[in-house]
Amino acid sequence: MSMYGTDKRHHTLTVLVENKAGVLARVAGLFSRRGYNIFSLAVAPSDDERFSRITIVVDVESSPLDQIMKQLDKLIPVVSITELDPSVARERELLLATLEAGPETRGQLIQLVGVFEGKIIDVGPDRLTVALEGAPRKLDDFEDLIRSYGIVEMQRTGRVALPMLDRSGDHSPLRLADSTTGTNTEKAG
Amino acid sequence: MELTGAQALIKSLEKQQVEVMFGLPGGAILPVYDPILDSSIRHILVRHEQGAGHMAEGYAQVTGRPGVAMVTSGPGATNIVTPLADAYMDSIPLVVVTGQVATTAIGTDAFQESDITGITMGITKHNWLITDVNDIPRVVAEAFHVATTGRPGPVLIDVPKDIANSTMEWYWPEPSELDLPGYHPLTEGDPALVRSAVELLLAAERPVIYAGGGILKARAADSLRELAERTGIPVVTTLMARGSFPDSHPLCLGMPGMHGNYTAVTAMQRSDLLIALGSRFDDRVTGRVDAFAPDAKVIHVDIDPAEHNKVRRADVAVAGDCRLVIDEMLSALDALGLPHSDATRGGSGGAPSDAVEGAPARSGSLAAACPRERLVPWRAQLSEWQQRFPLVYDQQPGSGALKPQFVLEALRDATPDDTIVASGVGQHQMFASQWWQFDHPYTWVNSGGLGTMGFAVPAAIGAKVGRPDKTVWAVDGDGCFQMTAQELVTASSERIPVKIAILNNAYLGMVRQWQEMFYEERYSEVYLSPDLPDYVGWAESMGCVGIRVDSTEEVASAIDKANNIDDRPVVIDFRTDAFEKVYPMVAAGASNDDIMVDPSLLGGDR
Repeated sequence: MSMYGTDKRHHTLTVLVENKAGVLARVAGLFSRRGYNIFSLAVAPSDDERFSRITIVVDVESSPLDQIMKQLDKLIPVVSITELDPSVARERELLLATLEAGPETRGQLIQLVGVFEGKIIDVGPDRLTVALEGAPRKLDDFEDLIRSYGIVEMQRTGRVALPMLDRSGDHSPLRLADSTTGTNTEKAG
Repeated sequence: MELTGAQALIKSLEKQQVEVMFGLPGGAILPVYDPILDSSIRHILVRHEQGAGHMAEGYAQVTGRPGVAMVTSGPGATNIVTPLADAYMDSIPLVVVTGQVATTAIGTDAFQESDITGITMGITKHNWLITDVNDIPRVVAEAFHVATTGRPGPVLIDVPKDIANSTMEWYWPEPSELDLPGYHPLTEGDPALVRSAVELLLAAERPVIYAGGGILKARAADSLRELAERTGIPVVTTLMARGSFPDSHPLCLGMPGMHGNYTAVTAMQRSDLLIALGSRFDDRVTGRVDAFAPDAKVIHVDIDPAEHNKVRRADVAVAGDCRLVIDEMLSALDALGLPHSDATRGGSGGAPSDAVEGAPARSGSLAAACPRERLVPWRAQLSEWQQRFPLVYDQQPGSGALKPQFVLEALRDATPDDTIVASGVGQHQMFASQWWQFDHPYTWVNSGGLGTMGFAVPAAIGAKVGRPDKTVWAVDGDGCFQMTAQELVTASSERIPVKIAILNNAYLGMVRQWQEMFYEERYSEVYLSPDLPDYVGWAESMGCVGIRVDSTEEVASAIDKANNIDDRPVVIDFRTDAFEKVYPMVAAGASNDDIMVDPSLLGGDR
């Protein structure tokens, strides 16, 4: 079982933040000073240049998700927070790996990459670098399979996610409502 | 109109109706100090930047307006970190302006450079590093808005020297022009939740209102009183809420917590419903959390939803401003038909004020205040506890060691009842909270969450600046006094006549108490000295009147003398009993059920 596996303790938060200097430090600082664990984190500009989107996979074993979200919400540059349950989210991640690929294993590896619809993006005399995009689970499976060939170096980006589309035509995004208090994640002071 | 960044900053503070600020100049903030000479804002020059921060806190706590402090970069900025942390813990609105090295020098380890926005990220509600002179008015407006709305708190604006020196075209932003897309402070509570809360409240048999500092922040003291009187529910006031409900009121149980009185602590423990209003289940109140108020359902009203379910799960959690939510609760009581009976108004069915006037503090008149039949057994139980476990101390007459509690009672009785009391942190703080009678909101200024020694002197100065019409006493310990006493030079030179009562027991008394009780009387690094420094001489060298009191006979006349001096600060060095301990006490990490009362109440030796 891969350490990257989809785990019940892991929840994905997509956090829309103001695109200003120091915002990532504020988010990361909050997690460290309150003892919350970040499992993975990805940041990129959103479609609106005023905002960036941070996708954080949090480990809720360290602290209840509700508390993490409310504390995050108190940061002034945080505009909105959406929790994406894996069952209602489209999640993607990118994996790059340089693998040992001598003459006897190279063929098998190329075949494996083909099965997973990955790409070989660099070739050396006895090594290959492959790129694979997909759902985190698929990347976990691929990682398990290539391990025996010898991984020289590997990087994963951490996941990004968007909510699954509602086929009934309701386009309101999924927002977490706190069932115990009835409060929502609208920003509070 | 073209202004420099420095001029724009001062003009922006004027636009925010800042009347006074506390600070100390230095290299990077130099440009901003120049336009102060032409400004209507009074600047009070402190002797250490920490003093500026605590003065701003004291000012904010008694006026309800944001306190403003201004210091230079590097060490000036790091010296104000403690007040920022203090204000963050106690939700005090502060706006701190720091100088910064020029933008071109940031990141080069320039002279007096420190990354103060980085350093204070976790202890401010928000902070800003200004990188464009045109942002100054907007950022100042945003800073005051963030500091004073929602759950109040400190903010910091870091102004690089080159930004202060460059020029901009003056403007003042409309509220709609603030750039805070992620900030929408809450106001009213959800009506459905308020109704559920009121239903719980009416069904309870052993309810307690657990009033916290949020009552004062929300200016909700009158609403709280109406709620308590209409429902007949007794009220505990936390350390941060002292004065939010009158101690002389028959429904007031006083302070709960580690050094709370027996009845307040035990009322919460045995309660079947805690109505937490602007309180946050601090560990000093709950003791061991899993043993805290085991039978109680919880209604938790707080403007900060992150406080809900943080420590204790709430059965009904209402997110909103305490005053607005309490008023909604009162309307819901109307809707549910709870009568406005005169009999609910305290003692004898007269006007509301009867409940306060003439009702002796902590006396047995609780029974008369509760109109509702259902609460009769509960109030009888509370009265019985109050009688069995009062606060006590044993002052031997004559040459017996002077007890700190005796001093506080004498001070309380000899000062106007709306006197503002500031305190430091330690035994003297607990004695002051226990033995003072707080009958008015905004008369108690102390460092609750952070527990900052040295808070009292500068906070008292800031309070006196904010309320020059009131008598301001600081009750301080000798350890605390030595940390920030130099601000009495500020008070003397600015003619701010505060009065300081040092309860001088020659020890770091609270630490000493713990070493006596929990470390087999192994006293490690707690002895100070009653005579070094010479407090009277020190006070006089700082332009104050210094008085020394050794015995009970001298107490009244010394206080009388101090109360009659109004042109300079006064310091009284009360030589108090080093062996006196604060009781009751719940040991750290213990259950509130294991409260230790004064041994004399159990027939033992003190």
